[in-house]
Amino acid sequence: MSSNIYDFSTLTGSIHTWLSGMMSSGWVNFTELVLVGLAFLLMYALLGLFLVYAERKVCAFMQNRVGPNRVGKWGIFQTIADLIKLLMKELIPIRKSDPLLFNLAPFIVIICSFLALAALPYAKGLQAIDFNIGVFYVMAVSSLSVVGILIAGWSSNSKYSLIGAMRSGAQIVSYELSVGLSLLAIVVFSGTMQLSGIVESQANGWWIFKGHIPAFISFIVFLIASTAEINRGPFDLAEAESELTAGFHTEYSGIKFAFFFLAEYMNMFIVAALGATVFLGGWMPFHVGNWVGFNQIMDYIPSLVWFIVKTFFIIYLIMWIKWTFPRLRIDQLLTLEWKYLLPISLVNIVFIAFIVLMGWHF
Amino acid sequence: MSEEIIKDVIVGENEDYIINMGPQHPSTHGVLRFEVCLKGETVKYLIPHIGYIHRGIEKMCEANTYQQLIHLTDRMDYLSAHMNNEAVCLVVEDALQVEIPERVKYIRTILDELNRIASHQLWWCAFGMDLGALTSFFYGLRDREHILDIFEESFGSRLLHSFVMPGGLMHDVHPNFQKRTKEFIKYFRKKLPEYDQLLTGNIIFQNRVKGIGFMSKKTAIGYGVTGPSARGSNYSCDIRKIAPYGMYDKVQFNEILETGGDTFARYKVRIAEMWESMNIIEQLIDNIPEGDFTAKMKPIIKLPAGEYFRRVETARGELAVYVVSDGNKTPFRMKFRTPNFSNLFVINSLASGHKIADLIAISGSLDLVIPDIDR
Amino acid sequence: MNSIIEYFTDIFKGISSLCAGLRITGKYFISPGSIVTQQYPENRATLKMEERFKGEIIMPHDENNLHACTGCGICEMNCPNGSIEIITDRVANAEGKLERVIDKHIYHLSMCTFCGLCVKTCPSDALAFGQKFEHAVFDRNHLTKVLNQPGSKLRKEAK
Repeated sequence: MSSNIYDFSTLTGSIHTWLSGMMSSGWVNFTELVLVGLAFLLMYALLGLFLVYAERKVCAFMQNRVGPNRVGKWGIFQTIADLIKLLMKELIPIRKSDPLLFNLAPFIVIICSFLALAALPYAKGLQAIDFNIGVFYVMAVSSLSVVGILIAGWSSNSKYSLIGAMRSGAQIVSYELSVGLSLLAIVVFSGTMQLSGIVESQANGWWIFKGHIPAFISFIVFLIASTAEINRGPFDLAEAESELTAGFHTEYSGIKFAFFFLAEYMNMFIVAALGATVFLGGWMPFHVGNWVGFNQIMDYIPSLVWFIVKTFFIIYLIMWIKWTFPRLRIDQLLTLEWKYLLPISLVNIVFIAFIVLMGWHF
Repeated sequence: MSEEIIKDVIVGENEDYIINMGPQHPSTHGVLRFEVCLKGETVKYLIPHIGYIHRGIEKMCEANTYQQLIHLTDRMDYLSAHMNNEAVCLVVEDALQVEIPERVKYIRTILDELNRIASHQLWWCAFGMDLGALTSFFYGLRDREHILDIFEESFGSRLLHSFVMPGGLMHDVHPNFQKRTKEFIKYFRKKLPEYDQLLTGNIIFQNRVKGIGFMSKKTAIGYGVTGPSARGSNYSCDIRKIAPYGMYDKVQFNEILETGGDTFARYKVRIAEMWESMNIIEQLIDNIPEGDFTAKMKPIIKLPAGEYFRRVETARGELAVYVVSDGNKTPFRMKFRTPNFSNLFVINSLASGHKIADLIAISGSLDLVIPDIDR
Repeated sequence: MNSIIEYFTDIFKGISSLCAGLRITGKYFISPGSIVTQQYPENRATLKMEERFKGEIIMPHDENNLHACTGCGICEMNCPNGSIEIITDRVANAEGKLERVIDKHIYHLSMCTFCGLCVKTCPSDALAFGQKFEHAVFDRNHLTKVLNQPGSKLRKEAK
């Protein structure tokens, strides 16, 4: 089946044996934890840099212009220049704000996105933690970022931040329902919540094709709801309220603002990775049913490359939507969720359960 | 109308937020301050404060001769600079009873309409940007560059020309003018449907602007709103039809009226006006007669003592010029009745009861240019 | 029943209007030939402004360092905000009579509004618009220019 896809567990297994030869098992665990942590930090930083640059280039091409092209060839060091600028800015302390909460809020947001990153399968054998409730875990920890946003808005001691934070809180809490229900659709199809199990079950085709119409509807609902979850695109009234204020992170400057900024892009990556895993097959190459020869050819492309291509495809869709459409007003946003997305998702789930019972999917 | 009293200071009650949308807007409208009294998310009352860019243009006009003050009128409503210049020139030509050549009339009308298209293009891109559709900004500017290139070739400057002089034009247009204008019309006829696909038909956009900021015809007449903002409320106020000047009485064009009265109606009026302007230019561009570019005028212009009045249709409404002359070479008093001043103060009755996000959409649809308010 | 049908047709119409917008931005994304940005400092060698471009006021001198300004002061009278100052001198000419000659034609670029009246009303066509537009300086005094070059004289037309 997926026999000639390179398995990263050989690599990780050999590192483990090499370390065990050098130290006792307690120290081996500790070293592995540190190594994995460092790897994630590095990946986080590099991905953040790359995504900011990609967004600027993508939106520039859509707007008939060039985008950053002066700092380094094709402007690839532009984000590093921006980062240095942000690091050198003054951290303005706010009078009468709650200093503990004010400083804690950006960290909460960053920690939540790290927690979610750890559970995603990047390639065959390359997954930090493989929970048997993987989908549920990712949803739960990404909901924690609401706490960070509300704390940021409250502790800034400013009316505009509070308005922005309240709106954002209402928006995120509402759209979590739709995200959960659309992920639930694929859980019903594949019968397991374990992320590696979901990927393995797509070895004869991705769920978006096997599950035909209801899976496609779930995919669309997932895209819309997760764009609203990460405060992006047509749903960014809370933060790009540049009409009026700048939302919950008005009072943050320097590195703390950089944390919020970075966390937004990484949330976009996490949401896209989750969508790619659940709907588009994660690291599984494009297999079609029983065409063994075709599947073997597809297996030659490494699984990590498949994962990256699918994730960036979804990221491109999210960026495309943001740069084309105007913003929704807060009451229209909530109407969309409670009157359109939620009923459609519920009916869809019932329909999918029926299909799985009757075996009417591929 | 008699029950409405215009307040000039806000006295808030218990749970009201009073905030300032300060003189520096993130949007592109200019230096204008809105003092807004909010209850939660809803606007209860709204007072605009003006005067941040008052430069004393009317007073400066009293110290300049009639040719010298043309360049000051450019800077009032800088997006329809040409119409401002033409208003003053028409007053002077009326007072001196000068017959201007046919060629001048054709060229002035064509430039009027090109300026109108350029102004509406900039309005469209700023409106899209205020609502969050950031790409529409670049598409509008990209198309506007073609018109600005035509202007640069003939006059030397893109925005503020001071090209129309009493008696005619300052010099003749460039020989390429006709060819480039026709190319532009062909190009823009293909691009304007894209604006509709990107913004007008979009369901998110329609939900943001339909039913927002309803202005009845009575309100429009009562506040003196003119231009496309009033034509969206079915108030027929096009000076080009009521008191024609230039070639407007000899070309066929429709006055665009919409009965909706809301923001979407005002939006549709402006898009349709762009189509009509292209029709007007097409009727004139091939038939420009040869001739002089100016009538014979004395170097020092002195208007006979008396009062003179003339109005034109700028891209935003009715601009009227009222001159009191005592026979000298500088006017005794020059008064401009600017369209944006009247259009601004209707915003309180439009925006009360709506949300903050709607306030942005409404002020975008009124298409305000602040230097015109303050002069 | 009607409201259910309306619900679904609303959804489909909404989605198709959104797709129309996506098609336009997608079309521009995949065609890099539609980029309209000019790479400004790099293209200075080939950049050519229009011939009538109003960059600044200059007094054209020909190859013998002769200009056409008689120092009459008409441009100074016509300038609406005093951006031109004419300083004249009385110099004995070939027949020994004292006549007025231009000493310095001072032009304040920082105050000029580019209305063009000086160019238009000059009786000897001595002034013109130049195409240089890079005027940024660190010291404001550098924006006050003297238009007639040192050692230049009035071009005498052959009578």
